[in-house]
Amino acid sequence: MTSDPLIIAGKSYHSRLLVGTGKYKDFAETKAAVEASGAEIITIAIRRSNIGQNPNEPSLLEILPPEKYTLLPNTAGCYSADDAVRTLRLARELLDGHSLVKLEVLGDPQSLYPNVVETLSAAKTLVKEGFQVMVYTSDDPIIAKQLEDIGCVAIMPLASLIGSGMGILNPWNLQLIMERVQVPVIVDAGVGTASDAAIAMELGCHGVLMNTAIAAAKNPVLMASAMKLAVEAGRMAYLAGRMPRKLYSATPSSPTSGLIK
Amino acid sequence: MISVSINGNAQHFEHPLSISELIEYMELSGKRIALERNGEIVPRSQFSQQHLAHGDKLEIVIAVGGG
Repeated sequence: MTSDPLIIAGKSYHSRLLVGTGKYKDFAETKAAVEASGAEIITIAIRRSNIGQNPNEPSLLEILPPEKYTLLPNTAGCYSADDAVRTLRLARELLDGHSLVKLEVLGDPQSLYPNVVETLSAAKTLVKEGFQVMVYTSDDPIIAKQLEDIGCVAIMPLASLIGSGMGILNPWNLQLIMERVQVPVIVDAGVGTASDAAIAMELGCHGVLMNTAIAAAKNPVLMASAMKLAVEAGRMAYLAGRMPRKLYSATPSSPTSGLIK
Repeated sequence: MISVSINGNAQHFEHPLSISELIEYMELSGKRIALERNGEIVPRSQFSQQHLAHGDKLEIVIAVGGG
Protein backbone atom coordinates (compact mmCIF):
# COMPACT_ATOMS: atom_id res chain seq x y z
CA MET A 1 0.00 0.00 0.00
CA THR A 2 2.27 2.76 -1.24
CA SER A 3 -0.26 5.45 -0.33
CA ASP A 4 0.10 4.55 3.35
CA PRO A 5 3.83 4.75 3.99
CA LEU A 6 5.50 4.40 7.36
CA ILE A 7 7.43 7.61 7.97
CA ILE A 8 10.34 7.52 10.42
CA ALA A 9 12.59 10.54 10.87
CA GLY A 10 11.30 12.00 7.63
CA LYS A 11 11.98 8.91 5.51
CA SER A 12 9.19 6.80 3.94
CA TYR A 13 9.00 3.03 4.02
CA HIS A 14 6.46 0.76 2.32
CA SER A 15 6.82 -2.08 4.80
CA ARG A 16 5.48 -1.77 8.33
CA LEU A 17 7.20 -5.00 9.28
CA LEU A 18 10.72 -4.62 10.64
CA VAL A 19 12.78 -7.74 11.26
CA GLY A 20 15.82 -8.85 13.18
CA THR A 21 18.63 -10.92 11.70
CA GLY A 22 19.52 -13.09 14.69
CA LYS A 23 18.89 -16.75 15.60
CA TYR A 24 18.80 -18.09 12.05
CA LYS A 25 20.38 -21.41 11.10
CA ASP A 26 22.73 -19.76 8.59
CA PHE A 27 23.07 -16.73 6.33
CA ALA A 28 21.10 -18.36 3.50
CA GLU A 29 18.10 -18.76 5.78
CA THR A 30 18.52 -15.22 7.14
CA LYS A 31 18.50 -13.81 3.63
CA ALA A 32 15.53 -15.90 2.47
CA ALA A 33 13.44 -15.01 5.53
CA VAL A 34 14.25 -11.30 5.34
CA GLU A 35 13.30 -11.27 1.67
CA ALA A 36 10.04 -13.15 2.29
CA SER A 37 9.13 -10.69 5.05
CA GLY A 38 9.36 -7.72 2.69
CA ALA A 39 11.08 -5.79 5.46
CA GLU A 40 13.07 -2.72 4.51
CA ILE A 41 14.41 -1.98 7.98
CA ILE A 42 16.47 -4.74 9.59
CA THR A 43 18.26 -4.81 12.90
CA ILE A 44 21.85 -5.93 13.39
CA ALA A 45 24.04 -6.36 16.45
CA ILE A 46 27.57 -5.05 17.01
CA ARG A 47 30.08 -7.57 18.35
CA ARG A 48 33.81 -8.20 18.54
CA SER A 49 35.32 -9.62 15.40
CA ASN A 50 36.85 -13.05 15.94
CA ILE A 51 40.57 -12.89 15.51
CA GLY A 52 41.57 -15.12 12.64
CA GLN A 53 38.09 -15.77 11.27
CA ASN A 54 37.99 -17.09 7.73
CA PRO A 55 38.30 -14.11 5.39
CA ASN A 56 36.65 -16.09 2.60
CA GLU A 57 33.41 -16.48 4.54
CA PRO A 58 30.84 -13.84 3.65
CA SER A 59 29.84 -11.44 6.40
CA LEU A 60 26.29 -10.41 7.28
CA LEU A 61 26.54 -7.06 5.49
CA GLU A 62 27.62 -8.79 2.30
CA ILE A 63 24.36 -10.77 2.17
CA LEU A 64 22.17 -7.91 3.50
CA PRO A 65 23.92 -4.83 2.13
CA PRO A 66 23.39 -1.29 3.44
CA GLU A 67 22.60 -0.19 -0.12
CA LYS A 68 19.54 -2.44 -0.21
CA TYR A 69 18.32 -2.27 3.41
CA THR A 70 18.03 0.34 6.12
CA LEU A 71 20.19 -1.15 8.82
CA LEU A 72 19.27 -0.56 12.43
CA PRO A 73 22.19 -1.33 14.76
CA ASN A 74 20.95 -2.36 18.20
CA THR A 75 22.44 -2.30 21.69
CA ALA A 76 21.47 -5.84 22.64
CA GLY A 77 23.45 -7.03 25.65
CA CYS A 78 23.92 -3.53 27.07
CA TYR A 79 22.91 -3.03 30.69
CA SER A 80 24.07 0.54 31.12
CA ALA A 81 23.57 3.81 29.26
CA ASP A 82 27.36 4.09 28.82
CA ASP A 83 27.63 0.71 27.09
CA ALA A 84 24.68 1.48 24.83
CA VAL A 85 26.10 4.87 23.82
CA ARG A 86 29.54 3.38 23.23
CA THR A 87 28.07 0.59 21.07
CA LEU A 88 26.09 2.99 18.91
CA ARG A 89 29.05 5.32 18.41
CA LEU A 90 30.96 2.30 17.06
CA ALA A 91 27.96 1.32 14.93
CA ARG A 92 27.80 4.79 13.39
CA GLU A 93 31.49 4.58 12.51
CA LEU A 94 31.04 1.08 11.06
CA LEU A 95 28.13 2.26 8.90
CA ASP A 96 29.86 5.40 7.59
CA GLY A 97 27.86 7.90 9.61
CA HIS A 98 24.45 6.23 9.41
CA SER A 99 22.59 7.57 12.42
CA LEU A 100 19.27 5.68 12.63
CA VAL A 101 19.67 3.31 15.54
CA LYS A 102 17.78 1.04 17.93
CA LEU A 103 18.42 1.79 21.58
CA GLU A 104 17.78 -0.89 24.17
CA VAL A 105 19.16 -0.96 27.69
CA LEU A 106 18.29 -4.12 29.53
CA GLY A 107 17.62 -4.54 33.23
CA ASP A 108 18.32 -8.21 33.85
CA PRO A 109 19.45 -11.15 31.73
CA GLN A 110 16.63 -13.48 32.74
CA SER A 111 13.68 -11.31 31.70
CA LEU A 112 15.58 -8.94 29.33
CA TYR A 113 13.12 -6.33 30.58
CA PRO A 114 14.21 -2.82 29.69
CA ASN A 115 15.83 -0.62 32.33
CA VAL A 116 13.90 2.52 31.51
CA VAL A 117 16.00 4.76 33.78
CA GLU A 118 19.20 3.89 31.89
CA THR A 119 17.26 4.03 28.62
CA LEU A 120 16.17 7.63 29.28
CA SER A 121 19.75 8.57 30.12
CA ALA A 122 21.19 6.93 26.99
CA ALA A 123 18.50 8.50 24.82
CA LYS A 124 19.39 12.00 26.07
CA THR A 125 23.07 11.52 25.21
CA LEU A 126 22.41 9.94 21.83
CA VAL A 127 19.91 12.56 20.67
CA LYS A 128 22.37 15.27 21.68
CA GLU A 129 25.04 13.55 19.54
CA GLY A 130 22.76 13.61 16.50
CA PHE A 131 21.55 10.01 16.47
CA GLN A 132 18.01 9.24 15.28
CA VAL A 133 16.88 6.99 18.09
CA MET A 134 14.23 4.31 17.78
CA VAL A 135 13.86 3.26 21.38
CA TYR A 136 12.85 -0.11 22.81
CA THR A 137 10.99 0.44 26.05
CA SER A 138 8.36 -0.95 28.42
CA ASP A 139 4.67 -0.28 27.79
CA ASP A 140 4.68 2.52 30.38
CA PRO A 141 2.93 5.44 28.68
CA ILE A 142 4.66 8.06 30.87
CA ILE A 143 8.12 6.79 29.95
CA ALA A 144 7.06 6.62 26.29
CA LYS A 145 6.11 10.30 26.33
CA GLN A 146 9.35 11.23 28.11
CA LEU A 147 11.34 9.39 25.44
CA GLU A 148 9.48 11.27 22.74
CA ASP A 149 10.09 14.58 24.54
CA ILE A 150 13.81 13.77 24.65
CA GLY A 151 13.70 13.54 20.85
CA CYS A 152 13.46 9.85 19.98
CA VAL A 153 12.11 9.33 16.46
CA ALA A 154 10.10 6.20 17.26
CA ILE A 155 8.83 4.54 20.41
CA MET A 156 9.04 0.76 20.47
CA PRO A 157 7.11 -0.70 23.39
CA LEU A 158 7.29 -4.41 24.10
CA ALA A 159 4.30 -6.67 23.51
CA SER A 160 5.81 -9.17 25.96
CA LEU A 161 9.30 -10.42 26.87
CA ILE A 162 11.96 -10.63 24.16
CA GLY A 163 11.93 -14.04 22.52
CA SER A 164 8.93 -15.23 24.55
CA GLY A 165 6.35 -15.39 21.77
CA MET A 166 3.67 -14.49 24.33
CA GLY A 167 2.01 -11.92 22.08
CA ILE A 168 0.34 -8.63 23.04
CA LEU A 169 -0.09 -8.84 26.82
CA ASN A 170 -1.35 -5.33 27.46
CA PRO A 171 -3.24 -3.76 24.57
CA TRP A 172 -4.61 -1.13 26.99
CA ASN A 173 -1.16 0.29 27.70
CA LEU A 174 -0.31 0.28 24.00
CA GLN A 175 -3.42 2.37 23.40
CA LEU A 176 -2.43 4.77 26.20
CA ILE A 177 0.95 5.17 24.51
CA MET A 178 -0.60 5.83 21.13
CA GLU A 179 -2.93 8.46 22.58
CA ARG A 180 0.05 10.33 24.00
CA VAL A 181 2.88 10.21 21.47
CA GLN A 182 3.02 11.72 17.97
CA VAL A 183 6.03 9.77 16.64
CA PRO A 184 5.55 6.25 15.23
CA VAL A 185 4.82 3.51 17.76
CA ILE A 186 6.31 0.22 16.67
CA VAL A 187 5.62 -2.86 18.78
CA ASP A 188 8.92 -4.62 19.44
CA ALA A 189 9.45 -7.91 21.34
CA GLY A 190 7.24 -10.81 22.23
CA VAL A 191 5.34 -11.35 18.99
CA GLY A 192 4.85 -15.09 18.47
CA THR A 193 2.63 -15.68 15.49
CA ALA A 194 0.77 -13.88 12.73
CA SER A 195 -2.31 -12.94 14.71
CA ASP A 196 -0.13 -11.13 17.29
CA ALA A 197 1.24 -8.90 14.55
CA ALA A 198 -2.25 -8.31 13.14
CA ILE A 199 -3.58 -7.36 16.59
CA ALA A 200 -0.80 -4.83 17.07
CA MET A 201 -1.66 -3.20 13.75
CA GLU A 202 -5.42 -3.30 14.45
CA LEU A 203 -4.76 -1.34 17.64
CA GLY A 204 -3.32 1.42 15.50
CA CYS A 205 0.38 0.73 15.96
CA HIS A 206 2.48 2.02 13.09
CA GLY A 207 4.62 -1.08 12.71
CA VAL A 208 5.89 -4.27 14.26
CA LEU A 209 9.46 -5.41 14.84
CA MET A 210 10.14 -9.09 15.37
CA ASN A 211 12.96 -11.61 15.21
CA THR A 212 12.34 -14.83 17.14
CA ALA A 213 8.76 -15.19 15.84
CA ILE A 214 10.23 -15.77 12.40
CA ALA A 215 13.63 -17.32 13.14
CA ALA A 216 12.30 -19.87 15.65
CA ALA A 217 9.32 -20.95 13.55
CA LYS A 218 9.56 -24.45 12.11
CA ASN A 219 9.48 -22.88 8.65
CA PRO A 220 10.96 -19.40 9.01
CA VAL A 221 10.52 -18.38 5.38
CA LEU A 222 6.83 -19.34 5.44
CA MET A 223 6.36 -17.53 8.75
CA ALA A 224 8.06 -14.45 7.32
CA SER A 225 5.49 -14.42 4.51
CA ALA A 226 2.69 -14.91 7.03
CA MET A 227 3.95 -11.97 9.07
CA LYS A 228 4.12 -9.75 5.98
CA LEU A 229 0.47 -10.51 5.25
CA ALA A 230 -0.56 -10.18 8.91
CA VAL A 231 0.93 -6.71 9.21
CA GLU A 232 -0.75 -5.65 5.95
CA ALA A 233 -4.11 -7.18 6.95
CA GLY A 234 -4.01 -5.63 10.42
CA ARG A 235 -3.21 -2.23 8.97
CA MET A 236 -6.03 -2.46 6.42
CA ALA A 237 -8.49 -3.52 9.14
CA TYR A 238 -7.42 -0.53 11.22
CA LEU A 239 -7.84 1.88 8.31
CA ALA A 240 -11.19 0.29 7.40
CA GLY A 241 -12.57 1.22 10.82
CA ARG A 242 -13.82 -1.89 12.60
CA MET A 243 -17.45 -2.40 13.56
CA PRO A 244 -18.26 -1.57 17.19
CA ARG A 245 -18.28 -4.37 19.74
CA LYS A 246 -21.71 -4.95 21.22
CA LEU A 247 -21.58 -6.72 24.53
CA TYR A 248 -24.46 -9.02 25.52
CA SER A 249 -26.70 -8.31 22.54
CA ALA A 250 -26.94 -9.60 19.02
CA THR A 251 -28.12 -8.12 15.73
CA PRO A 252 -28.97 -10.56 12.96
CA SER A 253 -27.38 -10.03 9.58
CA SER A 254 -30.37 -11.45 7.68
CA PRO A 255 -33.82 -9.75 7.41
CA THR A 256 -36.28 -10.51 10.22
CA SER A 257 -39.32 -10.13 7.92
CA GLY A 258 -40.50 -12.48 5.18
CA LEU A 259 -39.84 -15.63 7.16
CA ILE A 260 -41.86 -18.62 5.87
CA LYS A 261 -44.41 -19.95 8.31
CA MET B 1 58.31 -6.03 21.62
CA ILE B 2 54.98 -4.51 22.52
CA SER B 3 51.99 -6.09 24.24
CA VAL B 4 48.49 -4.97 23.47
CA SER B 5 45.00 -6.28 24.23
CA ILE B 6 42.75 -6.89 21.23
CA ASN B 7 39.17 -7.87 21.94
CA GLY B 8 40.21 -9.02 25.37
CA ASN B 9 43.13 -11.14 24.18
CA ALA B 10 46.79 -10.31 24.82
CA GLN B 11 48.83 -10.04 21.63
CA HIS B 12 52.53 -9.34 21.21
CA PHE B 13 54.20 -7.68 18.26
CA GLU B 14 57.87 -7.18 17.37
CA HIS B 15 57.35 -3.52 16.48
CA PRO B 16 54.48 -0.98 16.68
CA LEU B 17 52.27 -1.83 13.70
CA SER B 18 50.07 0.79 12.17
CA ILE B 19 46.38 0.09 12.62
CA SER B 20 46.06 -0.68 8.88
CA GLU B 21 48.84 -3.25 9.21
CA LEU B 22 47.03 -4.75 12.20
CA ILE B 23 43.76 -4.98 10.24
CA GLU B 24 45.61 -6.78 7.44
CA TYR B 25 47.29 -9.11 9.91
CA MET B 26 43.85 -9.96 11.35
CA GLU B 27 42.55 -10.62 7.82
CA LEU B 28 39.87 -7.96 8.22
CA SER B 29 40.90 -5.82 5.22
CA GLY B 30 37.93 -4.93 3.09
CA LYS B 31 35.47 -5.90 5.83
CA ARG B 32 33.22 -3.37 7.51
CA ILE B 33 34.61 -2.80 10.98
CA ALA B 34 34.87 -0.13 13.64
CA LEU B 35 37.79 0.19 16.02
CA GLU B 36 38.14 1.67 19.48
CA ARG B 37 41.58 2.29 20.96
CA ASN B 38 41.76 2.96 24.67
CA GLY B 39 38.12 3.97 24.67
CA GLU B 40 38.30 6.31 21.67
CA ILE B 41 37.01 5.48 18.21
CA VAL B 42 39.73 5.63 15.55
CA PRO B 43 38.20 6.78 12.24
CA ARG B 44 39.08 4.65 9.19
CA SER B 45 40.87 7.63 7.65
CA GLN B 46 43.41 7.51 10.50
CA PHE B 47 44.24 3.79 10.28
CA SER B 48 47.55 4.19 8.46
CA GLN B 49 48.62 7.16 10.57
CA GLN B 50 48.13 5.63 14.02
CA HIS B 51 50.53 3.05 15.40
CA LEU B 52 50.03 0.61 18.25
CA ALA B 53 51.71 1.41 21.55
CA HIS B 54 52.57 -0.92 24.40
CA GLY B 55 49.59 -1.39 26.71
CA ASP B 56 46.96 -0.34 24.14
CA LYS B 57 43.50 -1.82 24.60
CA LEU B 58 41.62 -2.29 21.34
CA GLU B 59 38.06 -3.27 20.56
CA ILE B 60 37.40 -4.23 16.94
CA VAL B 61 33.75 -4.81 16.04
CA ILE B 62 31.70 -6.06 13.12
CA ALA B 63 27.99 -6.31 12.34
CA VAL B 64 26.37 -9.64 13.18
CA GLY B 65 22.82 -10.95 13.22
CA GLY B 66 20.65 -9.66 16.04
CA GLY B 67 17.08 -8.67 16.94
